[in-house]
Amino acid sequence: MKMAARRRRAWKMNAFAWLLLLPSLIFLLVFTLYPVAGALKLSLFQADLGTPQPSFIGLDNYKSMAEDSVFWKVVNNNIWFAIGTVPTSILLSLLMAMFANKVMRARGLVRTAFFYPTVVPMIAIGNIWLFIYTPEYGMVSRFLETFGIKGPNWLGTPDLVMWAMIIMIVWKEAGYFMLFYLAGLQNISEELYESARVDGVPAWRVFWRITFPLLMPTTLFVSIIALTNSFKLVDHLWIMTKGGPENASNLLLFYIYETAFSFWDQGMASALTTVMIILLLVLAAIQFFGFDRRIHYR
Amino acid sequence: MRSMMKALIVICACAMFVVGCSGNGGAKPSESNAGSNGTATQTPAKETDKPAGEKVELSFYYPVAVGGPITEVIENMAKDFMAENPDITVKPVYTGSYADTMVKAQAAIQGKTPPDLAVLLSTELFTLLDMDAIEPLDELIAVDGGDEYLKDFYPAFLANGQTDGKTWSIPFQRSTIVLFYNKEMFKAAGLDPEKAPATWEELADYAKKLTKDGQWGLEIPSTGFLYWMFQTFALQSGDNIMTQDGKKVFFDTPENVQSMQFWRDLAAVHKAMPEGAIEWGTVPSDFIEGKTAMMYHTTGNLTNVKNNAKFDFGVAMLPKNKQYGTPTGGGNFYMFKGISEAKKQAAWKFIKFMTESERIAQWSIDTGYVAPRISAYETDKMKSYVQEFPAALVARDQLQYASAELSTHNNGKVSKIFSDAIQSVLTGSSDSATALKKAQEEADKALAPFNK
Repeated sequence: MKMAARRRRAWKMNAFAWLLLLPSLIFLLVFTLYPVAGALKLSLFQADLGTPQPSFIGLDNYKSMAEDSVFWKVVNNNIWFAIGTVPTSILLSLLMAMFANKVMRARGLVRTAFFYPTVVPMIAIGNIWLFIYTPEYGMVSRFLETFGIKGPNWLGTPDLVMWAMIIMIVWKEAGYFMLFYLAGLQNISEELYESARVDGVPAWRVFWRITFPLLMPTTLFVSIIALTNSFKLVDHLWIMTKGGPENASNLLLFYIYETAFSFWDQGMASALTTVMIILLLVLAAIQFFGFDRRIHYR
Repeated sequence: MRSMMKALIVICACAMFVVGCSGNGGAKPSESNAGSNGTATQTPAKETDKPAGEKVELSFYYPVAVGGPITEVIENMAKDFMAENPDITVKPVYTGSYADTMVKAQAAIQGKTPPDLAVLLSTELFTLLDMDAIEPLDELIAVDGGDEYLKDFYPAFLANGQTDGKTWSIPFQRSTIVLFYNKEMFKAAGLDPEKAPATWEELADYAKKLTKDGQWGLEIPSTGFLYWMFQTFALQSGDNIMTQDGKKVFFDTPENVQSMQFWRDLAAVHKAMPEGAIEWGTVPSDFIEGKTAMMYHTTGNLTNVKNNAKFDFGVAMLPKNKQYGTPTGGGNFYMFKGISEAKKQAAWKFIKFMTESERIAQWSIDTGYVAPRISAYETDKMKSYVQEFPAALVARDQLQYASAELSTHNNGKVSKIFSDAIQSVLTGSSDSATALKKAQEEADKALAPFNK
């Protein structure tokens, strides 16, 4: 009797929770899980221009993907792109946030200046930086010219183009992450700093013992956003390089788009999408289950 | 207690939202059915075959690929057409770039609501055929004079629309590649400003002479449409790089290796062109800014250069190797499969209207595209325009040496393979013979399913 009553109560609680989750679950199902399942299924089919009726080919798409040198180049590029953009933009945004938090005069101006790249759409940024990187009369080349250095062809040289992209993305992203750090900093109680000051703790120790650990939840959040962004941000490639020269700036998502809407190979595009989803899931899992435990939440 | 209340309110709100959504969705069809008499323009009833005498409605996708108020021009042309044909309604839909238009058309085809008409790249022919999306136009052409009708179009422009002995598209906004040069820089370098380089040797020689600090002799874009630029050299040295049926490509012939080497040497040996990939879009601004004395670019830029260059410039045919040559480019009219007979007739009427000599001449003057019809150049409009601006004639004169643009089955993949190979040579990471051989092998693989 007692058991049954408890179970009924538990069920009621559960049903209530599910009811609360229902709206977002519906959206998740319709707009995320259903397409993911669709991509997963299509990735097992050959569906390209050569096969009017899609035919089941098992894992052949994945096999030919493994043999595709462009795919490996694109994955490699994306890893370097992530390594280049994630830690740098996080570090920079932390520094910017601490500066914007401390600064007394023109506080609004400083924050706006740091934040504005976030507001500009990626396509516009692509156009602006296309000009900045233009050889001969672009901004960077003009600047280098004053020192008598002949600027290179940033976007046209395979070894340089990725650096050029990384710098641009760090510039765009740092301001956005600064916003989160700024909020995080203002949540840290002033008393902690006061007592540290009374004890005469040096500044860098204050940072490592108080500021940094208390900002860890923000850092986790920001690093997930930064990492997923490094796979999601590809708009600029349309404007600036089309993935070139020689795929040196091509990224996974851009390659998926090319495969789907320029090669019209939907089976392969679905297989690539599946790989990307798995990759992102693994990364998110590592971050959540790996770092989450070591973070101090208040 | 308060949190409980909040939760309840949230649930209520969500429930209302969901109900509201489904209510809307349910109401829509009946609403549109009821209103279809009054608001026919908003809900195209595609499936219904209209009885004779009723209005035919055409949806028409078009891209914009050059500067200027193109949408307005197209809308006005459609209005003129409707004034002439009161029983036909044309709905022009601006669909972004060529690539966007292709994606939208493909999405519409998969959704079983294809547009009736679209302007798409002439090179999309095989892709559209493989999608089983388009209708041949031969029967419609036959009624209007057949070969007589087609004869008025330049063969180089028709080439990309024909395969298997059928005509699948009608040329509309077309272009070729020409050489632009800065006459003042020619004078400064001691060259005759009225004489553009006519051969490869002269091109390399002039380019070297024109190169000095802060000024390049020549720029050939190499980020977009590389295969197109390459075709100029290939066609000047030998045959085209693919077959008319789009099943085979010839990337690694000795002539093409030599062509590739010549392009590479302009930067690597002659030092007359910037190293690395040169951005497609900045080449015209480099020319206008006086950063390069010569450029290879599409005729589509003629109006832009004419309006913005503050110096005297010349336009010339591309220099020859064994012969003159250039690929054509640009967009054609396609008619989609699965539309009713009445719509077919109406769509054909519209295509004919849009490509009438007078109209296409005006379109050419407005946009800088090359008019695809011979008779367009015999109109008074065009005659007075070219008298004032003879450079507009160069592209037409070059047409006798022009050939089809690279277009094959699996076209996106094949042209990407080729473009990557060209870029690897231009950036110095591979030599011509190796890169083209690799491209040939990969392209053969991409074309294998179509050669069974």
